[in-house]
This record gives sequence, C-alpha cells and structure tokens, in this order.
Amino acid sequence: MTELLQRLLPTVQKPARYTGGEYNEIKKDPKDVRVRIAFCFPDTYEIGMSNVGMRILYGVMNNMEGVWCERVFAPWGDMEEAMRREHIPLWALESQDPVKNFDMIAFTIGYEMCYSNIVNMLRLSGVPLHSNQRQGLKNMVFAGGVCAFNPEPLADFVDFFALGEGEEITPEIIALYDRAKTENWSKDEFLLEVSKISGVYVPSFHSHEYDGEGKLKAVTVREGTPAVITKRIVEDLDHAFWPTQMIVPSTEIVHDRANLEVFRGCVRGCRFCQAGFSCRPVRRKSADVLYRQAVETLEDSGNNEITLSSLSTSDYRELKELTDTLIPYCVGNKINLSVPSLRADNFSRELMQRLQTLRKSGLTFAPEAGTQRLRDVINKNLTEEEILTTCANAFSGGWNNVKLYFMLGLPTETDEDVLGIAELVYKVIKTWQANAVNKKRGLRVHVATAYFVPKPHTPFQWEKQIEPAEYLRRCKLLKDHFYSKSIEYNYHTPDLSRLEAVMARGDRRLCAVIEEATLHGARLDGWDEYFRYDLWLDAFKTCGIDPDYYTVRGFDEDERLPWDHIDVGCSKAFLLRERQRAYEAQITPDCRHGCAGCGANQLLKEVPCDA
Amino acid sequence: MPRLLFEKTGNAIWISHLDLMRLFQRSFKRSGLQLTHTQGFNPRPSVSIALPLSVGVESRCELLDFDLDGQAVSREEIKERLNAALVSGVRVLEVYEDGRKLKELSLLKCIVALEYDAGVPEGALAAIMKLFASASLNVQKKGKNGVVEQDIIPMIRSIQAYKADDHTIELEAVVCCQNPTLNPAQLCGAISRYLPQYQPDFSKCRRLELYDGQGNIFR
Repeated sequence: MTELLQRLLPTVQKPARYTGGEYNEIKKDPKDVRVRIAFCFPDTYEIGMSNVGMRILYGVMNNMEGVWCERVFAPWGDMEEAMRREHIPLWALESQDPVKNFDMIAFTIGYEMCYSNIVNMLRLSGVPLHSNQRQGLKNMVFAGGVCAFNPEPLADFVDFFALGEGEEITPEIIALYDRAKTENWSKDEFLLEVSKISGVYVPSFHSHEYDGEGKLKAVTVREGTPAVITKRIVEDLDHAFWPTQMIVPSTEIVHDRANLEVFRGCVRGCRFCQAGFSCRPVRRKSADVLYRQAVETLEDSGNNEITLSSLSTSDYRELKELTDTLIPYCVGNKINLSVPSLRADNFSRELMQRLQTLRKSGLTFAPEAGTQRLRDVINKNLTEEEILTTCANAFSGGWNNVKLYFMLGLPTETDEDVLGIAELVYKVIKTWQANAVNKKRGLRVHVATAYFVPKPHTPFQWEKQIEPAEYLRRCKLLKDHFYSKSIEYNYHTPDLSRLEAVMARGDRRLCAVIEEATLHGARLDGWDEYFRYDLWLDAFKTCGIDPDYYTVRGFDEDERLPWDHIDVGCSKAFLLRERQRAYEAQITPDCRHGCAGCGANQLLKEVPCDA
Repeated sequence: MPRLLFEKTGNAIWISHLDLMRLFQRSFKRSGLQLTHTQGFNPRPSVSIALPLSVGVESRCELLDFDLDGQAVSREEIKERLNAALVSGVRVLEVYEDGRKLKELSLLKCIVALEYDAGVPEGALAAIMKLFASASLNVQKKGKNGVVEQDIIPMIRSIQAYKADDHTIELEAVVCCQNPTLNPAQLCGAISRYLPQYQPDFSKCRRLELYDGQGNIFR
C-alpha cells in the first residue's frame, strides 16, 4: 500500500474495506501469472462481498493456472473525493495495483442503478470509457450478471458480455484471452473469436437503426457472428464449482454470514419477476451435497450463521432432508440457520417453528397486490388465507412484528386494488388481536410499497409504467386509509424507480445519458445520500432523450425490443401467452402442477428440467 | 479466565474494535476452539479485548480474554491454531492460563511518530522537548458533555523525543491508559495547539507495552 493511501485511510469511513488482507483472500506472484483480471463489483465493498455470484467466479477464475483475479469495489463518496484530490487511480484489493494495469476488467451487474458506478469506476481507473477508445487487448472490459440480459444501455462501454451463469463460460473466455495475449492478436481478432463462444455477445458487432418515431427498426449483425445470443447455464449443480473456502471479510458486510445456494431457477412464474423467468430452467442440487458444502463452508469460515438461498427456498424438493440434518448440526455448533423466502405453507410453518429453537427471525410477506384479483393477474400464488393463517400461528407463538411488501402501478390496477392493501393490513391486525399471547408489547406492521418497474424477459416487458404523479396519488390514497397506530407505512420515491425502468428497458441511446450524468457526478444511485435525480434529468435533456419513451409509453407487441437478440430460455410466444392470461386474471399454476411450456427446458442437454 | 497477548500491525490496523472482536470469534471457530457463550437473548461467544484500539493504530501489546468451552488445550496449541486461522497482521504472541485483574492495568508505553514531509524543521525537537517539560499542558478533549480542557502532564509518566530519521520525530512515552486515560494522539494534539509551526504533516501511534501502577509489565 502506498504511503499516500496510508495517510488517506484515517480520514475515511470504514477504511478496512479498501485494504484487502481478509482471510482466504487469494494472492499470487505476478511472475507466475499470465492473465490478470480486475473483477469489479459496481457498488460498495459491503454490498459486493455479500454477492454469491462474485464469490463463485472469484474462485472459478483463481482456480485457473496462470490467472489471478482480484477484487475491486466502488469507493464510498469520501474516498472517491480523496482519490480525485490526490490523483489516486482505482486499485484492486489483493495487490493494491491500479485497475488500469490489468489485462481484463470484469463487471458483474446485478441491478440497473449501478450503471453509473460502472462508468464512474472506469473513470476513476483512468481507463478510456468507450470500447472503441481502448486499443489492443489491454483493459478488455467484459460484463455479466442479470442486467446483461438487456445489455444495450452499456453497449458503448463494454467490449463483450457473458450471458447467464458464469461457471463454465468464464474459463472459456479467459483461456481464449490467454491464447490471444500469447499469440499477440489484435483486439478485433480476439472479439471475433470470443463471439463464437456460446453465450458471448459483442455489442460492437451489432449496429442498431431507428425509425422516424425513434423505435428500433433494424439490427445489422457482422458476418460470421451470431444474431441471437443464448445464455449459458450449468446443468449439474452437484458437480459445479462451489466455493467452500470463501473470503471472510474483516469488517461487517450486509449479509455477514455463510451463504448456500440450494437450487437454481424458479417454478413459480410471478409475472413481474425477472429472475423467475430469466433464471430458468430449474436445476436441483442434492441435500447430501448441500449438507457437506454447508459444513465445509462453516468450518472453514468460522461463521456463526448460514443462509439457504434461492429464489424460493420452500420449493427446494429436499428441504426436509436438508434441514433434518442441518438443524442438529447448527444447534450443536451454535450456528444460526436462516431460511429466507419461505412460502406460507404448512411445511414452512413447521420449519419456522423448528428454526425458532435457534433464533427468532422476522415475519415477512410479499403479497405484492392487495386483492386476490390482482394477485391472480400477477400470478402471485399467495392467498389471504395463507397469510392470515401464518400470521395467526406466528402471533400465538409470540411474534408481534410483521412486514408486508406490495407494489403499486401493476397492470390493470384500480383504486379498489390499492384499498385492498389497507383491508388486508387490517385483517392482519385483527388476527393479532385474536391470537396474540402478549398484547402489552403491541403490534408493529411495516407496510412498504414499491413503484412497479416492468422488466425485460417477463410477461410484463411490454407494459407501461404508470406516471410518477399517479403513483404518488395511489400512495396517498393508501396512506389515507391507514388509521391504526400499529402501521408503519413507507413508500419508495418514484424517481429512482422511474430511472430504473428507463435503464431496464433502455437501448443504446442511453449510453450517452449515462456518460453525461456520470460526468456531472452521478454515482452510487442506489444510495439515498448520493442519488441525484436532477443530474439524470439534465443528462436526458442534454442528450435529447425522453425518459417517458421507455416508461409510460409501453412497447408494442410487434415492436422490435432492444433485448430481442438475447435468449434467456423463455420464448416470446410463452411470454405473450402469459401476458394474455394476466389480462384475463388467469393464474398459471406453478411448474410442478404441469409444465407451462416456457421453453427454458430446451437449454438442458444432459438432465431434465427439475421443475 | 485465560488471556492472550496479540499484535495488530500492517493492514490489520484498519480493522475496528468491534470488527476485531468478530474476527477473533470466527478465528476461534475456524481453529476448532469452542468458546463459551454469554447468557441472554442473543448468546455471543465470550471474548473481550482490554483496551479498545483506535482504527489506524498499531500495537504489539493487545490483551484478549477468552473462555474455552470444556476443552483442555495447551497454551502453545491455542497459539498455533489461532495463528493459522487469523488474518495477516493479527498474531497471537503468547497465551496465559489466567490474567491479572484488568483494573490493575494502569500504564501504556507508546510511540507517536511525527512525520515532516519537508524534513524535520530546525528547532522542532528542542521546542517539543521543552513543551512536554511544562508544569501543565491543557488540550481539548471531546467527552460526553462536549469539549473539555484537560491537563495532560499528570498523565505522562515519562516522555522522550528523538529524531528517528530526517523526516521523523518520535515521541516515546509512558502514559496513563486507565482512570484517567490519555489518548497518545493527544501528544500530537498538544504540539498542534502550542507549536503550530511544528505541526507534522502526518502522525501515527503505536502501542508497545502495558504496565501496572508500579511499572511492572502487565499481563
């Protein structure tokens, strides 16, 4: 570490996040390394180190001989200011070397509000922002993660995208780069070859044309490169790489615990949920493999808490077998087992009680909509009865705190649906009054509403986002119908969700907006203390882009969508079918009650879909 | 309760007191050494560190009390197993069966390095030595009730200043570390207040040794 940095560290908050040196950090001798990768997470250390995907790929890359992957995070505002003042370029934690010295610069992109951080981190590194400004193989920028399923808003900055799960595609890419570097290829030669790896998208090989109304008219693809790119998946999770020797941060992070992914994909098909569709098909992992990995992870890390994670852990087929062995292990070793995203079914209720012997966790529901009709529209398969039964059980077991999450602005939503939220909340309060064992402590009901953002690759990808003013009117309507002191109501401000909708469904013309906004200081948009909506509005104006075009306009069903060339497995015909069923308030039963024909099973060659 | 002596150097100096407790709890777990847990709603592994160390301060004399759950493990083995499980910069130097009562801990030997980028100014060393030879020396201390004036001279048992190299003056001092406590950074604070012309560009502290009131090494 430089003397200068040593002097800056006492002046910033939480300096330990900038130094590296954690347990299980991987250091290599640069002399033995041919390819050095700066693996950037476009948010703070605390968020990035909580990301399982990053931990998997860190292990995958560092398992390669001759390759050293190091971590880079976005600095907090105080450090960024110091870096700019002292002209310190962004560095990687392991070696403390500047990012601009690295061969490859990789980003994992989990949500739209970090796009500004990507550009800002490139700027802080002193690396040219645009792909076409970076000559040669040095500083090859590539990116993956769920947001890569609509990569267009970042098309100018990123040399290529790796779509889907990274365990297999990442080593293929790096091995090719290794060869290219040894054989001294040009950047164009490398990009042409890398585009032949299944799942790789090179945006500069696609050129976009717009019609008079501004709609995407045509896409011309460079000869010999694919027009449609299909995401990659890992078929056999039992034998896939799983890092049981994970870095243990020396400072507190957001999810400060061991994390075990129990399966991939989702059987539910909630129509607003991007992950639910884009992470299909469903692939199993065996309980005995999971148990072994849980014990190895816990013993190696010394963590006193472990989370079983997935999109819907109640749908993990062997949850009973796994918890039957894992709970006794955790009790014996004073480890807290947390199982988030449990559904309100009978087994889960029983499991919650067994988990309670370890530690009492919170009670959270995400009904998303206030009436059964609207829950059917969004295919959120959670009934009022299930919510109230689970609440009754929990209240009689001593709980007196419940969180309820909803969305406003869902397709077909009326004021009746909005007021349905208030009614549901009152039923929860009534249930508490009837079942609470200790009423003296009172009840807290936390209600939160989010502003619906239509996402690509979902049946709602064509939908309008309601106007911000209309969203606020619905928030106020709801607020005016909350009379009880037990209720604490929070609603997201519309600004961030509007911007999120623009970025989620954006096209290449947004690259200029992102560049402009970050030039004037936009970054860390996911953080209230740094989000500046005005900078974004100015940038839209300067670039002549109307955000409404991507939000309240909606997309036509026959319109060419900016993400049409990305195939995540679910067919467009299926999404259209689901959209139609939504309008008819028809639910589509979960995949285990009959295949809905999404098409994602066709990604599997070796195993059947485990839905 | 058993006690161990450890050092905190290198990058580890940026780990905060609370994070360090958590780091030790995990390191015990990693090394297969079961700690007893506190009673209560949220049982926590019982480790406690004697004198919380400010972020950015190096130390060769940190004390941590711990309590193993039933196991009989030799002191040497505890040290070896922990050192294999700790992060670089945190190293156990010695393990003791039992520690003295913490209230007998009274004095701390430390070094405050004053760094002058343009070289140590002429006359700085003599002026600093003279300053600490004063009969009283008030500095401002932030306390619960706002900023208070505090005379630091009664809390300094001994102090020497010398030039460590062309750019550095080091103050080697033995100061009170409990009832009352003098934060060694206050030595630099006094220089900034009374000798602003000799205020260093940067200062850093390191702890060297702990003593009881009689000047015997405290463990």
